[in-house]
Amino acid sequence: MTPVPVNDRPELYFTIAALLLAIGVFGLLRRRTLIGMLISGELIFAGASLNLMAFNRFKAPDPAVGQIFVLFIMGLAAAEIAIALSIIIAVYRNYRSVKTKELSELNG
Amino acid sequence: MSFPASQMIVGGLCLLCGATTVAGALIAALTARIIRSVCGLAICCVGLAGLYYFLHSPFLALMEILIYVGAVCVTIVFAVMLAEPDEPVRGDRRAATILWGGVALVICAAIFWGLWQLGAQHDWSAPVARVNDGSVAVIGKALLTTYSLAFELISVALLVAIIGALAIARTGRDKPELLTEGAVPERRQVRDLAATEPVAPEPAAAPLAKV
Repeated sequence: MTPVPVNDRPELYFTIAALLLAIGVFGLLRRRTLIGMLISGELIFAGASLNLMAFNRFKAPDPAVGQIFVLFIMGLAAAEIAIALSIIIAVYRNYRSVKTKELSELNG
Repeated sequence: MSFPASQMIVGGLCLLCGATTVAGALIAALTARIIRSVCGLAICCVGLAGLYYFLHSPFLALMEILIYVGAVCVTIVFAVMLAEPDEPVRGDRRAATILWGGVALVICAAIFWGLWQLGAQHDWSAPVARVNDGSVAVIGKALLTTYSLAFELISVALLVAIIGALAIARTGRDKPELLTEGAVPERRQVRDLAATEPVAPEPAAAPLAKV
């Protein structure tokens, strides 16, 4: 029996997806500007999409469902990026800064 | 197998795509300059598109490059141009910075370990049969029959997002012809409460000069 080729092993994709989620959470905790946190959130989206696609390819009986779901994730991520960036622009107009330390008007 | 060592070449390409994804994610999360972080996100998405191709979905690989690299990264670059989002220099609180960095690292390592245990080590049952081949024709038919309501809702959500983004980004813009006539709009007063320093001229080119 020939060994399974590396591109047909689900562990590879699960590992990369977990790495993407961990790196995204790390960036979300460590970033100190709004745009940096937004980029880290995109990494988390990417990890979730890759995980869904790996399960869809290897473990699902209907291979079209996962692709459609990931397509919807991409559409919602694009909408989220548009809204978040416009909020960031509005915040920058008001505060002249997008650093999270300086956006402290509601800070008690 | 027609070509010698073709399986090894395909496996190497797959590993290369995975390494590109992880390296791009590391660049996106760790660099200080935001513009490099956006480039890291683009690299990560290109690698992710390659992984989608290896997962038998060339359609999603194309959409990943089209939406993320083509639209999302370019939009973030526009926001980087309009705001000045460079990370502030790490302050003199070295001990606290290292402590919280260590805490964040531990949390992320725990997340990675848990998810990796669950995904890669668990014995998920393989399907006995597949109902279709997951091709683009099947996806198109499913989008217009089974998932047509969700498809329409996504388009409505995108429309709302576009209009909302325009409406939000428009508030706070200066209207010089209104201000000179003496009628001060309300949002001007709101902005004056928040901003203490005078409004500088449009700093569009400043962040790009520092890259």
